[in-house]
Parts: sequence; structure tokens; C-alpha cells
Amino acid sequence: MAEQSRVATITTPNKELADKLFEIWERPHTLYGWLASVDHKDIGRRYLVTAFAFLVLGGLEALALRIQLALPNSGVLPPEAYNQTFSMHGVSMIFLYAQPIVSGFANFLWPLVLGSRDMAFPRMNALSYWIFLFSGIFIYVSFIIGQAPNDGWFNYVPYANKEFNPGLNMDFMSLGIIFLGISTTIGSINFVVTWMRHRAPGMSINRLPIIVWGTLTASVANIFVIPCVSLAFFLLWLDRNFGTSFYNVAADGQPLLWQHLFWIFGHPWVYVLVLPPIGLTADALPVLCRRPLVGYTPVALATVSTMAIGFGVWVHHMFATGLPGLSLSFFSGASILIAIPSAVTVFALIATIFSGKPIINTPFLFFAAFIILFVIGGVSGFMTGSVPVDWQLTDTYFVVAHLHYVLIGMNVFPIVGALYFWLPKITGRMLSERLGMWNFWLMFIGINVAFLPMHLTGLWGMPRRIYTYGPDMGWTTLNLITTVGAFIFAVGVLLLLVNVAYSLKAGAKAGPNPWKAGTLEWATPSPPPPYNFVVIPTVASRHPLWESHLGDSKHRSYVYRGYELSDHHENVGTTTVDAIPDIILKMPGDTILPLLLAIALAVTFVGMLFHIWWMVAAAGFGLLATLTAWLWPRAHLGERTEPGTAGASS
Amino acid sequence: MTENKTIHGCRSAVHRGALPAILAIAASAAASRRAAAEIPLNYLGASGKRASEILPLTYGVIAISCAVIVIIAGLLLWAILRRRTGPDRRTFDNTPPERSGSGLQWIGWGVGISTLVLCGSVVWTVATLSAVIDPGKDPPITLEVTGYQWWWDVHYVGDMPSQGFSTANEIHIPVGEPVRIRLVGTDVIHSFWVPALSGKVDVIPGRTNETWLQADRPGTYRGQCTEYCGVQHAKMGFLVIAQPPDEFEAWRQAQLRPASEPASPMAQQGQRQFQARCAPCHTVRGTGAGGRVGPDLTHLASRQTLAAATLRNTPEQLAYWVTHTQQVKPGNRMPDIDMGERQLAELTAYLETLE
Repeated sequence: MAEQSRVATITTPNKELADKLFEIWERPHTLYGWLASVDHKDIGRRYLVTAFAFLVLGGLEALALRIQLALPNSGVLPPEAYNQTFSMHGVSMIFLYAQPIVSGFANFLWPLVLGSRDMAFPRMNALSYWIFLFSGIFIYVSFIIGQAPNDGWFNYVPYANKEFNPGLNMDFMSLGIIFLGISTTIGSINFVVTWMRHRAPGMSINRLPIIVWGTLTASVANIFVIPCVSLAFFLLWLDRNFGTSFYNVAADGQPLLWQHLFWIFGHPWVYVLVLPPIGLTADALPVLCRRPLVGYTPVALATVSTMAIGFGVWVHHMFATGLPGLSLSFFSGASILIAIPSAVTVFALIATIFSGKPIINTPFLFFAAFIILFVIGGVSGFMTGSVPVDWQLTDTYFVVAHLHYVLIGMNVFPIVGALYFWLPKITGRMLSERLGMWNFWLMFIGINVAFLPMHLTGLWGMPRRIYTYGPDMGWTTLNLITTVGAFIFAVGVLLLLVNVAYSLKAGAKAGPNPWKAGTLEWATPSPPPPYNFVVIPTVASRHPLWESHLGDSKHRSYVYRGYELSDHHENVGTTTVDAIPDIILKMPGDTILPLLLAIALAVTFVGMLFHIWWMVAAAGFGLLATLTAWLWPRAHLGERTEPGTAGASS
Repeated sequence: MTENKTIHGCRSAVHRGALPAILAIAASAAASRRAAAEIPLNYLGASGKRASEILPLTYGVIAISCAVIVIIAGLLLWAILRRRTGPDRRTFDNTPPERSGSGLQWIGWGVGISTLVLCGSVVWTVATLSAVIDPGKDPPITLEVTGYQWWWDVHYVGDMPSQGFSTANEIHIPVGEPVRIRLVGTDVIHSFWVPALSGKVDVIPGRTNETWLQADRPGTYRGQCTEYCGVQHAKMGFLVIAQPPDEFEAWRQAQLRPASEPASPMAQQGQRQFQARCAPCHTVRGTGAGGRVGPDLTHLASRQTLAAATLRNTPEQLAYWVTHTQQVKPGNRMPDIDMGERQLAELTAYLETLE
């Protein structure tokens, strides 16, 4: 794997070297080249586009739900269609949009902000994308054939069991989520190892951008919680298809087992969805305020401790299940006190704006709006943390309002802000400010018109997940307002799409650093070349490009002087805490194997769904063959020595 | 110009976020008691001991939340407006980054105050929890409520089996007395909720959860299933009717009696229809009808609603329900009963005798 070989340094951007690196790293511009790419920037872009497509689908489903609920006793969607639509809305947004969009940004940005040439495992990175794509398609096929998941996004048993739900609906869901879980797990391991080894020399852990803290924390959590949800769904699939009794009461199974397994996953998952976008905000907002983030260390620690406490709050989804008062008190306390690290982040961001010189452009507005939406979603969460109050609030529209402030306010708003901020880096072109303003105000007014009154809908007792309500319940006006707000919000999202299309066609050229930002990604051209950096940068502070202004480091970072590494796909490996270079890592190049492996997996899951066992066996054989090819030792990766040459390992 | 517009917009935006919330909640608080009739599931008001003891905490956390939103919105707005500049790209070239002030005191004060408020809330929560977890005395009445897809079986547990009886979708309780409720799960998970009297407790197959409620004022309070339980989850309501103790006792005695024999020839014809078509699923005590699939109909005519608080119990609605169950509650377990006009009139006449 390793090779202690030549170490060359240069002092200026070197055209000859850049050309050579381009030869090594650029993929062929053919369909094969496209399918075989393992470039983290390709993968990041694909994640962003695919996740956004699922956001649009989930959004259209939401509009259908809102049309049905706009008036009492409406018959636009029959009950079963409504139940499938609200389930698919949740599944799309929570599983297929909110986490993958974060993976998209992290995939694109991590190697750039860390001063690396790629992620630790480029082929696994491609694999995780293809699996995400195929699992999303797998789940959506159910919708097309009219047997979509119909038990909400948390799939409570026994309703999810075969006895009450005989169609393929919940089999699609069980297998689809297990399938997607493979992608998330692979991606998370890749992030953790990239963080451990693939940082520019000098990028010690006290210099990591907050997005790295956010994604790292989320990835570590994923490695623990994805097995819970995959197991839960696997047991459900066994119960449904092979007559086991994990959740079957008649044979001493336990419906509450499902709830524990699901929420041990489900609550940390909420932080998986919001910590990385908070990280994006904590990195971008200070640039727009022309100062470093206030309280870097507290914010980094708050990110990690939110997740740590987040593992001890899952029972607040189960306050009404009849658990003993003492355990309720414990989980209630944890659920309320988890607001403390969030307060750290909120005050740090406000202090950054306060003591900086804010430049009010579109991304700034999205980030600033995020702060207040974060607070609104946070305090309503604090309310649901209080057990006796939650006995009233839970499973009403109050919770629906709360979770939409959390997911839209703390995921969609920072993500859209981050698009305005980083899309110029990704595409090389700016977005329109004028369209951006319309985009922002429509989305901001839309979310508040739709979801602020919805708190009251909840306090007035409207239960979640009802396909209709009577005119005598007193909820008509509020529901109509929410529907109007949802459409305003949708127009805002549409304008974002228009703006992106406009920018791709006619946007102003961005140049390498349009915001005069301080982190490493802005030292590369926009869009960055396939090799990212001509030489591996050396980092001496948190803001390598701001050192001449801030003057808070004795040493200087170098972007044009460092390891050259131009033999093959190569990267410098550094130590985990201090990022001291200690190895040259051989990186694999483009290959079709990840796609083949993902296809074999997809065929396996289709076979399992329809009980076509020969298909599963054939796909299993394909899996083995692909894995064998994948793991076959390669000389250029230093995995074996060519006969007749000296040993290259160390 | 652009800049001014933006800033002005910004201010109104933050206000848009905070003020209506507070106004709406304040207005609803004032209106909540009056609104009980117009908003049957409203829980900003309370009519029973248990719900009343939770209510101050509910308003407390709402007040804390609104205050936090207003304070943070104010601080944020102040921070933004203080030294803002417009979105011109050249601004970035002309404004070099600088480390102006540490700002750490914001975090110190903000987090310090938040922590105190949060700790106070935990104490208040735990105190309220222990105050409402049991009624303080042994409830004289015990009910066994069973959730089915998509209706409620209500069994009054008597000291002797002959003192117990079953009804459906309508619970009568005496005012001023705590009532113990055992929640029995059978098919899927449901949740039992009467917002004016008490919070939710889930009805879980394989478990028996216990809760209690108490009404302090006579009245009719609406309840609802609040755990998603399938296609007709939306139409799984019930009523709790709180009566003065003597009225309750009269009702209880009436419910204990078996159904009386129908007197009119029409109703007698209807009873035969019932035996043929309805008895496999429904029970009418004192007759041959003993089905256990659907609700006990012994005193159907005494109930205010049909189909789990979905329809008013009038002869017309009753006839409509029997023949159009799949239109009223698509997917529910009772099929549309296909019968001629005369037969339907007879059946309805019989059901009307079940007082």
C-alpha cells in the first residue's frame, strides 16, 4: 500500500506539472469514462443532482397532500392514496434527500477543504453513490406500481406486518432502506478514514473547517445507527416473508422492539441531517461577515456533544407508550438539555454577524434565516421534550410543524445558502442575485406561512396522518393558510431551479475566489481541475488564504509549494491528530467495478423482493466475481510487487 | 437602493417569524375555553384534573419558547443591521477579513442563561410528571378500552361479571371522580386521547397500559386515535360524556339491562333482518345476536354518534351508514349492506328501539 519514494517540492504553480497531473487524473470524455469515474467531484455533483431530484418529487407529493387537506372532507386523494403519498413524502425527504444532499456537499468539498486529491476510498465513494441511486429507484418503483410504503416514515409494527399490510408495500420499504443503508455505511466509513488520513500536512484537528466536524460527527453516528435500522427492517422482512415472530404478538414478539430499534437510529439520524448543514453555515457565514467564526472550539465541541447526547434521547419519541415515569424523567431531562450545545452554535453565529461586517447577499440571507428557523424548530423541540406537555403535543400537527422547521429550516435553508455560496466553485459560474432575492423571500415567507400557523393547528388538536377532517373540527382556515404557504414555498424552490439553469447558461464567471474566502477550496480554479491541487498544500492556520490579513499565525500556509506526487493517482497520508505527513498513499483510478457491484446488489434486492431465488443466486455470483476483481492485488497500488523489481512496501 | 430594500425586508421577515406566533397563541389562549365547542380537540384549555395540572406547564414552555424566539430574532436583527453592506461583488475585494473582538462573551452569557432556563424547565417537568402520574386516590371506576381498526370497545369492569357491560365509541364518566382506564391492544397500535381531560397513552398489542382521567365539569369531550393505524385512522374518534354522579348511575343501570323486545311489528321485522345480516358480527345482549367482530349494539340508540364519532346518530344517518359504510369510511371492516328500502326501514326501526 505504501511507498516512501521521491519527495519533490516546487514553489510556483507549474504549468508542466499541472499538465502532467491532468493526464493522470482526467477521465475520458466518453460514456464509459462517465460511468467509471471515481472523482469525488463527479460523485459529489451526482449526489447533489439526484438528492435534489428526490426533493422535487417529495415536494410534489407534499403539494398533493396539501391540496387534499386544504378543505374539509375533500376527496382529491382517496385514503389509501393519501397514506402512500404521505409515507413517500417522508421517505423521500428524510432518506433520499436530506442525508444524500449532505453527502453531495461533503463529497465535493472535503478533499478541497482538506487539501487532498481525493477521498480515502474513491471506488467505495462511487459505489456509495450508485447504491443510493439504485435504492432510490427501487423504492420509487413501488409508487409507480401503486404499492408504495404506506406506514409513514417510521413504519410502526404491527401495522407494517403482513397480517395488516399484505401487499408488497412494506417489503419495498424494508429492502429499500436496507439497500440504502449499505450506501450510507460505505460513505460514512469513507468520510471517517478520509478525516483520519487524507488531510494536507498541517491540517491538525484544531484547523478543520466546521463542515468536516459536522460530517465527521454524522458519519461516526451513522456507523453506529445504520445497523440498528437495517436490523429492524431485516427482522420485519423476515416476519413478513418467512413467518418469524420478532414483532408478532401472537408468538410473544414485541411491537415496542421495533420502536426502540427504529428510534435509536431515528433520533441520531435527525442530527445526521442537520449537523453537516450547520457546519456549512458555520464555514460560509463568517466569510460573508468578513471575519473568522466566533468560538471555533466551542462550536466544534458543541457539534460533537450534540450527537453524543443525541444517542440518549430516543425515548422522547415514545413518551406515550406507557414506559415507567422514572425512565421518562431521564429521557425528558436529556431531551431538554440537548438544547445547550445548540445554544452554543446559535450564539456563536449571531456573535459572528454582530462583530463582523455582514454583506447582505442571497447566501447570507439563507444562513441568517437558518438561525431564526433553527431557534423556532429548536424551542418547539424543547416543548416536546417535556413529558407531560408531550403527552398532548405528540402525534398532532404541532410535531409536524416542529419537524418541518427542523428539516427545512436546518437542512434546506443552509443547503440552499450553501448552493449559492459553493455552486460558483462547483460550476465556475455565479448565480443571479436578483433571482436569488426572489428565491429567498418566497421560500422564507412560504415556510412561515405554511408552518407557523401549523403549530396552532397542532395545539388545536389536529392529529398527524389523517387523510381528511370534518368542518366541525375548527381547523379549516389554518389548513387553507398552510396550503397557500406550501405553494409559495414551492414557487421559491422553482426559482432556485431557474436560477441554477440560468447560471449554468449565462452566469457571470466566478473566478477562483469570488467571496475572498479563507479556506483551501478557494485556492483552486472554479471548477477545480481533476487533481484538485497542483501540489499538496501545507497548512499553518484555520484560514490559509487569510493569513496576510489576520496575521494570527507565526507560520505561513503554502498552496504552491509541497508534495508533487505525479507518478500515479497519489496522495499524502497524514497522522490523525496533528496531520504530520507519514506516508504516500497510492490511489485507485477510474473503474467500472463500483457500478457493476451496485447493479449486482440491485438485482439481488429485486430477487429478494419477488422471491426469485435463482436471480438472487446469479446476482450473488456476480457480486463475488466483481469483488474478486475489485480486491485483486494491483502493482500500481503497491498491493503486490512486480516480479523482478525491488520490494516497494515499507 | 437595493440594499435598503433588502434590509427593510429583512426586518419584516424576522417579525413575520415571531410576532404572529405569539399573537396567535395569545389569542387562542384567550379564546380557548370559549372555543371548546368550536374546536373539539383543542388542548389549550382543560376540563379535568389531569389536563389542568399539565396546562400551566404547557403555557410555561410556550411562553419560554416565544420569549426565546423574540429575543434571538431581536439580537439577530440588531447584529445584521449594525454594520451591513450591500451584495455588490466588489465589496468582497474591498473588505478584508479582520478579527474584530472575540465575541466569546456572547456564547458565555447566552449559554449560561439558556442553561438556567433549561434546568428550571427540567425541574418543572419532573414535578408535573410526578403530580399527574397517578390520581392520588384509588379510582372507583375501571374501564377496559380496546382499540380496534377503527373503533373503540369500552368495557365497564364490575365487581361481579354481571355488573360489567360493554359499549362502543362512547365513554360515560361521573364528574369529579378519577376513572382508571386499562388500554388493551389487539390488532395494531392505537393511541387513546381526550385532550380536554388527559394526554395520550398508546394502545399496544401484547401490553395493557394504564392511564386515568377525571372530568371536573359535566360535558361532552371528544377523543381521537392518534397513532397512525391504517386506512381509516382519520375516522377513529370517540366521545367522553361527563355527567353528575346520579345521572351517570342512571345511565350505568340502563346500560346493564339487556335490550328490550321490540313492540311494533315493523321493528320485529327489523329484528329478523338484524339476526340474518348483522348478528354474525354484532352483539345485542338479551337476543341471539352475539357476534364479537364489531361494536356491541345493545344500546346503540342511546349513543350520540355512529361509526366512531364519524356521523351523528339520527335515523337517516343510521340508514345511510348501514348501506354506505364504504363511502363513509372507505376500507373499514363493515361491508355496504345491500337491502331494499322497506327492509332498511324495518332494520332502522329496530335499531332505534335499542335505547
